[in-house]
Amino acid sequence: MSATTLAPSPREISTEPRLSDKVFRGIVTAGGLSSLVILGLITVFLAYRGFEVLRQEGIGFITKAEWAITLDDSNNIVQSHFGIAAMLVGTILCSLVAVVIALPVSVFSALFLNFYAPEWLKKILVTVIDLMAAFPSILFGVWGFLVLMPSAEYWAKLINKYLGWIPLFEVKPYFVTRSPFIAGVVLAIMIIPIITSVSREIFAQAPLDRIQAAFALGATRWAMIKAVVIPHGRSGVIGGAMLGLGRAMGETVAVYTVLNIVFQINWHPLLGAGGNVASLIIAKFGEASPYEIKALMAAGLVLFLLTLIVNALANLIVKTTGKSGR
Amino acid sequence: MTTTAVPRKPWEKSPKDRARDFSFFIFAIAFSYAFVGVTQMKGKLAYAFVFFVAYGVIVSVFSFITRGAPAAKDAFVKTLVALGAVITLLPIASIIFTVIRRGLPGLKLNLFMQDMSLAAPTDPLTNGGVLHAITGTLTLVALALVMSVPIGILTALYLTEIKGRFSGPIRFLVQAMSGVPSIVAGLFILSAVLYPITKSYSALMGALALTILMIPTVARTSEEVLQLIPNDLREAGTALGGTQWRTVAMIVVPAARSGLLTAVILGIARIAGETAPLLLLTGGGDKVNPNPFNGSVGSLPYYIWKSFNAGSPESLTRAWAGLLVLMLLVLLLFVLARALSTRKVSK
Repeated sequence: MSATTLAPSPREISTEPRLSDKVFRGIVTAGGLSSLVILGLITVFLAYRGFEVLRQEGIGFITKAEWAITLDDSNNIVQSHFGIAAMLVGTILCSLVAVVIALPVSVFSALFLNFYAPEWLKKILVTVIDLMAAFPSILFGVWGFLVLMPSAEYWAKLINKYLGWIPLFEVKPYFVTRSPFIAGVVLAIMIIPIITSVSREIFAQAPLDRIQAAFALGATRWAMIKAVVIPHGRSGVIGGAMLGLGRAMGETVAVYTVLNIVFQINWHPLLGAGGNVASLIIAKFGEASPYEIKALMAAGLVLFLLTLIVNALANLIVKTTGKSGR
Repeated sequence: MTTTAVPRKPWEKSPKDRARDFSFFIFAIAFSYAFVGVTQMKGKLAYAFVFFVAYGVIVSVFSFITRGAPAAKDAFVKTLVALGAVITLLPIASIIFTVIRRGLPGLKLNLFMQDMSLAAPTDPLTNGGVLHAITGTLTLVALALVMSVPIGILTALYLTEIKGRFSGPIRFLVQAMSGVPSIVAGLFILSAVLYPITKSYSALMGALALTILMIPTVARTSEEVLQLIPNDLREAGTALGGTQWRTVAMIVVPAARSGLLTAVILGIARIAGETAPLLLLTGGGDKVNPNPFNGSVGSLPYYIWKSFNAGSPESLTRAWAGLLVLMLLVLLLFVLARALSTRKVSK
């Protein structure tokens, strides 16, 4: 008796993804690439719109401090000079003041949160600081103008009175209202939460065995921090400070409300004159002619590239320290 | 008779230690009062500052006498870091306090029932309101949400599920994008969409700029959440014969649901108060505008900006009231996000 057995035909096993997966992967990849597309488009469009002005002004666009446009009776442009040097200097000055104030405060509060505060307090404080990072900038702007400014002006006068012999802090003519220093204080308050949370995360990664080793050798808490935590976190904190710097550079509303916007190159933080590129755009946008708007686009491009570089450097630094772990 | 050893905790502070610490504290307060009174310093902050300096000096001198130089340094640093935390918290306390105190008088019922189309900045507070601003902000946020959430979550899925060739660069670019100044996003939409195509202010234009600002927040938070989903779940999905698409759509995303919602809420909190791009793109009308695709539209930040710049006492109160509404909105979103994120991976 012989039964015919049907041998199963060998099956083809394929690693080829199915159609649904191909579509899925295609869509997800397209979504993932959107950030590249958006950043690229921003550069292209701002450069395209600002090209005319950039070509006319050349390098003077970032080295001269004149922003003037002359029209004849029929609204034709007779003459125009666009230079954002004063605003660039103001951008750098305000954000540097902000970082100089914010950095020590943030590092101290990050150390407090990680190594001194009891657990319950730490939880509350971390929530509050995260909340502060989510507050909109107009809140800081209005508060800074109406509440902080009188105090900050008083501090500026104190600094000028006792440290005025340092060339950086001298004020001539004596005019300390709405100075870059005050804008810097407002910006500092805005970036403290950012630098604090970056520093806190970096400090929390400090190797536990070394911390315990330091304590076992009889170190005080500060000696432990100096020997273990700071060497571990130094570059990460610098990265965090640069993230804050990038945020401070691009800030618009908070600076515009507080600062006295004047087209004058001013390196003195206490003198009430200055501006930043972002506030220039808001200040001039309202009554700008089409040609002037092109100049504003060019200014936007400069600001964009500046913040992009600062942010890229910052992220690079934070990332490399986060992984190395020492 | 047997003696039983009683467990002790030698590291705990004795009542005597506590009394001593407390006396230092009192002494520093007294000193700061005396010092500020004698010198010409003024203001509440001066008291706080002198207090911290005095307390730091007293504690470190005491530590130096009892336990030597390293202990003194340690005690001094302890005061210093506490001072850092206080400086961090002072502004936020001041902001919340001021906004509530100065915003409450403007918080009348008509604020939520009327818009500003028939009210002048100098009108009394019983006239006009923020209805147009609230509807405008809701429209802007809703439009931005529709555009940015899919892109943000797709970016996060690319980084966690596909892990393709571009993962490194894309992670870097998303980081870079989160640093784009809001005014630049506004200028970009102005140059790329508003001038060449639509040529008029509308909620859509504002929402496009907000989308650019929201994508990185959504993408980064979603990525963190998706990283937390255990790989076992993905492997189980594949082992049951699911394609990658089914595994992601049926297992990974549902498991990360509440975390993804947190990402979306944090994104909304990021853009709800964004002002600069709206100043360029939305026109800031005073009337409720039901058409999101055409015509100028008001929003809370724009309303605050306008009232703040109008300068009259009434309009300043309006600005504070607007800030209070905005702050409460952000606070609400934040609490919501926190509540959801405490259970990131639903069981």
